[in-house]
This record gives sequence, structure tokens and C-alpha cells, in this order.
Amino acid sequence: MLLVPCPHCGPRNSADLTLVGESESRPDPSATTPVEWRAYLYEEHNPAGWTRETWYCRLGCGRFFVTERHRGQNRFRNPPLGAPDESARRR
Amino acid sequence: MARRGTGGAEVQPGRRRRPRYPARYSAAALLLRGKRPWPPIWRSGDLRDSYDVVIVGGGVHGLATAYYLASNWGITNVAVLDKGYLGGGGSGRNTAIVRSNYLTPDGVAFYDRSVQLYERLAVDLNLNVMFSRRGHLTLAHSDGALRTMRWRAEVNKHQGVDSEVIGPAEIKRLVPALDVTGAPRYPILGALHHPPGGIIRHDAVVWGYARAAAALGVEMHQNTEVLDIATSGGSGSDGKGPGGRVTGVRTNRGDVSAPVVVNCTAGWASLIAAMAGLRLPISTHPLQAAVTEPVKMFLPAVVVSGSLHVYVSQTDRGELVFGAAVDPLATYDTGGSLAFAEELSGHVLQLMPGLGRMRLLRQWSGLCDMTPDYSPIIGPTPVDGFHCDVGWGTYGFKAAPVAGEQLAACIASGETPDLIEPFTLSRFAEGRLVGEKGAAAVGH
Repeated sequence: MLLVPCPHCGPRNSADLTLVGESESRPDPSATTPVEWRAYLYEEHNPAGWTRETWYCRLGCGRFFVTERHRGQNRFRNPPLGAPDESARRR
Repeated sequence: MARRGTGGAEVQPGRRRRPRYPARYSAAALLLRGKRPWPPIWRSGDLRDSYDVVIVGGGVHGLATAYYLASNWGITNVAVLDKGYLGGGGSGRNTAIVRSNYLTPDGVAFYDRSVQLYERLAVDLNLNVMFSRRGHLTLAHSDGALRTMRWRAEVNKHQGVDSEVIGPAEIKRLVPALDVTGAPRYPILGALHHPPGGIIRHDAVVWGYARAAAALGVEMHQNTEVLDIATSGGSGSDGKGPGGRVTGVRTNRGDVSAPVVVNCTAGWASLIAAMAGLRLPISTHPLQAAVTEPVKMFLPAVVVSGSLHVYVSQTDRGELVFGAAVDPLATYDTGGSLAFAEELSGHVLQLMPGLGRMRLLRQWSGLCDMTPDYSPIIGPTPVDGFHCDVGWGTYGFKAAPVAGEQLAACIASGETPDLIEPFTLSRFAEGRLVGEKGAAAVGH
């Protein structure tokens, strides 16, 4: 079981949350080419180390938040400030 | 759009080499051998500083690519590098199911070619790979699933793949252990029956390819980790990235120059691609599997249930091998979980209530590189000379022969064969995803 530090609910079982994906700023849709847009949609950094992620607290507070996780060791750091950043995106 | 090349069965250019093996295997030899050690079946030796092709990843895909490069195209100055041991990743962790009843015509043609190659693999490699074509049942628990099964069956039959929807009575006749009554929470309404599907001995496939490739001159280097990929002329500040050209690899045993580097890794595909300055549309998830104690043979077919996230087959030793869906969380951590074992057991008991006293022996997990369209990434990349055979998600083992064969053709001829044309990396930039989600073995 992995405990995810939700900034509103406190630590919760990861089964209660959804990993939305890597947190990345969305390019301006009106100023990107289709190729750039698809790169934003599909490409992942997918590191085996620290990465910024957007999470959705599905069974808890129902809010989006950004945190950092080490994908090799499943550790969290920098407990987030709470507000979902603008890049939070639904899948 | 890459050029169209030869596809399917025409790939054999008529200069096929037969490997000569260093050792002859037979039952009598086993008895006569006594305590003498077996001769090594692949060569290792020193890492040379130059090869024609360097393959990163000594799993079944890398070894198959090396074998077909050597046997079909005469390219033998090849090194296969693995940071661990041959077949230690996904090749040794999968559940060894082989089938071709996919949903898209592209997928069916591709995996059917793989099944054809598996059929004659034991002869080609002169090693018993224990391919058991025992039939494959994909269960439907809802009207929607039944409709998809019918769709798949028609696509399959149209392309000459033996596949048919059957009802509960026929399912019960094939696999008496299944509960086909209306009692379970997810009753079995029907199934897609695919008689050519089956299981195979995955380690034998790995060793067979390694031995055959080594006999043709390919070098295997275990415990050789690729630390960086050398490129020049790329769009990035460090000469990496699209538009560049690969010149070699840096390993923990020294630098190697090579005009062609092939990424055949699973689980580390994104990390190897990043060394060449590329980002792939891949996120890595663990998939857990488990095996029970061995019992008498009672399960004559491979049984898959997408709704219940389980697939099960009985090995020739009598153990039940279970696999599940990928874990929902993207991570490189392969630690198993009790939640998995609990959920898996519950689902298996839904299908076969008679297994209540069976005990799990062990569970493990492997890394799956998931792409957005549940299809692999094969072929050339924007970095000249850097090829990929990655993104194999949960379906890599069954595709190894065809992926190796077609990628070898792609590397040797410089043209992208028809069979892998739908699966090139460029499909994401061009917006032509494959959409194989409906036929992934287990709901993702």
C-alpha cells in the first residue's frame, strides 16, 4: 500500500486517488502546431527518479493537487501547497 | 511516411543461414554426460570497440532481432548488451501466452505472423520451446463484451485466424472447472475461442534465440550496462535529439562505436531513449503475476477474463499461472502487494469455485511500458541509426519473433516493412494511433 500525502485529507491509500499524470504546463492551443500538441498529449518523461505529478483525490476531497514522487522508490517530497496548478488535466 | 518495404513472409531473401550448434542436446546425451559441465551456449568474451549493430537489452526481443539479423540478412557483427542477465526482465516474468486473436486488422496480421514463427521455432532453433497449442478462451461477462468478442471473431476469421464465439455449454465442455451457471457476480455468458492460442516455455525461447544467434557469430554481453548513447548533429544543445545520428554507446565496460543502436528494453525504454535525446509516449507500470502449487492437470485451455482482470493457464508441471492487469500507478517499483493477491484470488474463485483450497506459491512483477494506444513502438526514430522495439505493454512476449524478424528487415534494408508500418514512433506525431485497447488481454 502506498500512502499519498493529500494536502487536504492527509495521507491516504493510493487506491483512493488517481494519478492524473506528469504535471506539465499546457501549451497555448491556438499557438501550437498539431505536432507540438500531440507531443504534449502523448509524450512522457517517465523517469525512474523524481517527477512532478498531478493527482486527483477521487474518494477523498475530490480536489486536484501537484506533488513530487520518486518513481523508482515511490517516495513523496515537497508536500504541495494545495491549489491545483493550471496544468492539472483530466484524462 | 516511411517507404513501403517487403512484408510478411517475403522477408526471407534467400540467403538464410543455418546455425551450427556447439552442443547437441538429446536425452541420451543427458544420461551419458555425467558430471562434466555443459559447454557454454553463447559466447561472451571481451567487449570489442566497434560493431555493426549494438542491441540494448538481452531479452527475447533483442535476441530475436539479433538472430534474424544474422540468419536472414547475414549481419553477424552484432553485440547484445544487457545490464543484468539474458532473459531476466519481461522475458522471464511474463505468463508465456501466445495468441493472435486481436481486434484491429493491423494487430491480427502482426500477431498471426508471430504465431506462425512460434510454430516452427523449435525446428528453427533446434531447441524444444514446448509450444503447447491448447486453445485460448476470452470470457465475456456482459452483452457489451459479447459484442466485442463477435467483432473480434469476425475480424480474425476475415484474416484467416481461427477464432469463434462459443456459448456456456461449449465452454463447460472445454473447461469443466469453470462455473458457467448464473450464480457468480459476473456470470460467464460466452467466450471467444481461439484454438491456435497456447503457452510456451519462455526461458527456452530466450535460450534458443541466444544459442542460435551466438552460433551465427553474435556476441552476448551480460552485466554490461549502457550508460549513454553517443550521437552527433542532433537538434539539442548536446548534439542529441531529433535530426542527429547515433555513433555508439558508452557502457560500464567501455565505449563502443556502432552506426546502428537498437533499444530493445522493456521497463527502461524511456530511459534509454532519453540517452538519445528522445521522449517516448510511454509510462511504465508494474504487472503482477502469481503461481500456485502444482496439481494434477485439469485446465486444458488458457482462460482469460477481461472484466475480472485475470488470465490463468496450467503449466506442464501442473502449476496454475495467474496474471493480472497492470497496476494503475506508474512506477518502476516491482514490489508486490497483498491487495493484488487478495483480489486475484477472489476473481479466480469467481471463475473456478473448486480452487478454494489451492495455495499460492509465490508472486512477482515485471515492468510494462504502456503506450496510449496499447500498441508497440517499432522501427526507426528521428535519430538516424537509433531504432526502437519498445512499448510492449502486456503483450511483448507473444510478439517477439515477428518483432525481431521485421525489425531485422527494417535495419538491414533501410525500409519499414508493411507489418510494422502501423507501429512506428511517427504515428504519434502524425495522429494515427492504432487503438488496440478493445483486444488487450485484460482490461487496462
